[in-house]
Amino acid sequence: MSPHRPEVGELFRRFRDRLAADRPGTTDPAAETDGATAATASDAPAATANGGPSGTDTRAELSPRNGDPNRRRAGRRRGGRGGGEELRVPEAEFTSYYGRPILKAPVWKWDIAAYLFTGGLAAGSSLLAAGGQLTGRPALRRAGRVTALGAVGASAVFLVKDLGRPARFHHMLRVAKPTSPMSVGTWVLTAFGPAAGVAAIAEAAGWLPRHGLLGLARRALPPVGHAAGLLAAGTAPALATYTGVLLADTAVPSWHEAYPELPVIFAGSALASGAGVGLLAAPPAEAGPARRMAVAGAALELFGAHRVETRLGLLSEPYRRGRPGRLLRAGRLLTSAGVAGALLGRRSRVVGAFSGAALLAASVATRFGIFYGGVASARDPRYTVVPQRERVEARRAGTDSSPDRAAPPVL
Amino acid sequence: MIPDPNSLYGPLDPAPDAGWSSAPPRMGFFTDTSVCIGCKACEVACKEWNNVPGSGLDLLGMSYDNTGALTANSWRHVAFIEQPLPAGHRSPPFTGTPTGEPVSAASAAVAAGTGNRTGTDPGLPTGAPSAAARMATSGPADVLGDPIDAGQRPRHGQGSGDAGAGPQFLGMPGAQPPGRGTGAEGRADFRWLMMSDVCKHCTHAACLDVCPTGSLFRTEFGTVVVQEDICNGCGYCISACPYGVIDQRKDDGRAWKCTLCYDRLGAGQTPACAQACPTESIQYGELDELRERAAARVATLHERGVPEARLYGHDPNDGVGGDGAFFLLLDEPEVYGLPPDPVVTTRDLPKMWKRAGLAALAMAAATVAAFVGGSS
Repeated sequence: MSPHRPEVGELFRRFRDRLAADRPGTTDPAAETDGATAATASDAPAATANGGPSGTDTRAELSPRNGDPNRRRAGRRRGGRGGGEELRVPEAEFTSYYGRPILKAPVWKWDIAAYLFTGGLAAGSSLLAAGGQLTGRPALRRAGRVTALGAVGASAVFLVKDLGRPARFHHMLRVAKPTSPMSVGTWVLTAFGPAAGVAAIAEAAGWLPRHGLLGLARRALPPVGHAAGLLAAGTAPALATYTGVLLADTAVPSWHEAYPELPVIFAGSALASGAGVGLLAAPPAEAGPARRMAVAGAALELFGAHRVETRLGLLSEPYRRGRPGRLLRAGRLLTSAGVAGALLGRRSRVVGAFSGAALLAASVATRFGIFYGGVASARDPRYTVVPQRERVEARRAGTDSSPDRAAPPVL
Repeated sequence: MIPDPNSLYGPLDPAPDAGWSSAPPRMGFFTDTSVCIGCKACEVACKEWNNVPGSGLDLLGMSYDNTGALTANSWRHVAFIEQPLPAGHRSPPFTGTPTGEPVSAASAAVAAGTGNRTGTDPGLPTGAPSAAARMATSGPADVLGDPIDAGQRPRHGQGSGDAGAGPQFLGMPGAQPPGRGTGAEGRADFRWLMMSDVCKHCTHAACLDVCPTGSLFRTEFGTVVVQEDICNGCGYCISACPYGVIDQRKDDGRAWKCTLCYDRLGAGQTPACAQACPTESIQYGELDELRERAAARVATLHERGVPEARLYGHDPNDGVGGDGAFFLLLDEPEVYGLPPDPVVTTRDLPKMWKRAGLAALAMAAATVAAFVGGSS
């Protein structure tokens, strides 16, 4: 017997409690067990108004149609991490199988969202380092290279840790498949990681003694680091943007439909976080390019996020509600604050550092917001059924209804 | 070899596209839900043959379906839906069935008791049919056996409609004959929909295309199978499946799903579920032949006055290029928990890579501009 399931009858007991809690006009103590989060509690009247199966749609009385009181909560039964859902717009009419999700929610945990950030940070800071290296800004170069190594190392840890079988991580290197963004990403990381590592190690050249064998290394390291830094910067844009395809190439509705924007958001977020490192580490005199990178990155990030939050209709909803909505709003505020600080406080080291930190925090918030928005869209069957149903209806209206798809039985 | 232009989307024979030369005909399932009786023999046979671990005993409290969904530990899932059907212009259903209480407590007790020891425990003990008598005398009871007082709300049940009137609907069929508590006018006809769901073995299988280890592969029969010694549990296939079929086994970390009994197919045998199905609701065979058979079955059903019968997943021109396992349904797909119009996510993959390339170029250009332009 699986240890991950509650004992016999536990689910049934909760189901009964929920029904009792949704009953109109009662204050059952069982209601409190479910309305734990503030968001749900504030929505309790709305939930009861359309809650009971006899509420608005009498046809729904005996069928698992829309209006089933446990419909909205089915998602929580699986994950328990869905957070408080808010009900602001009227529910779209749709049918589902007892409110159960159709798709399997991504099994990726928070560490993949964290990887989205660290991967982007590694890419952005290695670009910054290469720029500093080519234009003679040693502070930018050093900060960028060291951050890139740290971030790519953290990325590897996050990625391996999230595997169901971490010991088999090297199975990723069996194949190279352009149809699998994860396989492409594996190879991009395989090229980027060592290059970023060598570039960062080359920064240690100054600490080596001048004579002897290590002296030789001291002289050889800078050009090697130079080449490695350029190689890392060459693969960095791919590292920063493939993650957009990684998320979009899934059946998760809000990720898939956002495929034109996700790479843009992630590219912008990577640039902004790389610029944040530059602003944190470099003196104001050297940080000019970082400020301009911050502006460009923030522009891409804000544009993409705005599109995702408004263009997708129903599928934009998960990005505006609940925790993903809060994260994305926080990301927007922090990005704006970071850019403003970078532009206005160009003479102050302290203001520069603060705006750099704000840009980094914004990148974290945006990545987690996009990640959890998609997860929320997979957990609720509405986001799967409604757009697909609209597609079917549009096609049916266009081609006239075929006889074998006659009207469904009168229910 | 030049890949087929339809490699990512459109009609295709998957086995040759995957590199099999002289592949046998594509095999698949046709699941005719109009004859499914919901016995779940397929679920059991699948578990037995494939050594799928148990998923624990759960009561989901929604219907006779306590499996819930296809998971790593349930490769067949029998969905169960109860739908009311108003009488319309016909004579009301169950007109002849009596209403109200049983004639007497004693007759109910006699009906419930058994003459001989049945050996079942718990159960109604022989010679002491007090439980049945109690049920019969204590007035209307909800399906859990709790008495319902006319003026008081029941302790259980959802309380929709007139709560005291009779058995409470809990999402599953009641224990009493129809109309016993509600009277003849409240009776509604209803139907049960049952469907044995399974991995669809899509022509364009997103799980297979996105697998970064090559663990998922296309067999010579056109089916899709996970190699358990390769899978490292990255979970990409799980997010990619438009049907929510493949799933991660929690204590194991790897992804699991129906193999269409690849081991049995190789030996020329029928998959375990189809073999066990007592009503031939699950039919196994060459996909082309199954499609013909299914079209004929739909025509027959339409002729017999079942206009709502329709096929699902049979069309090679649909969003996933047609399913290797397709269905005859009696209502819209979403009623059974199936997506109404699934599209393989890799259809848009070329466009995605293009967008990513553009974004990468923009990123590089922005960096160059940041360092070259400006004065500081």
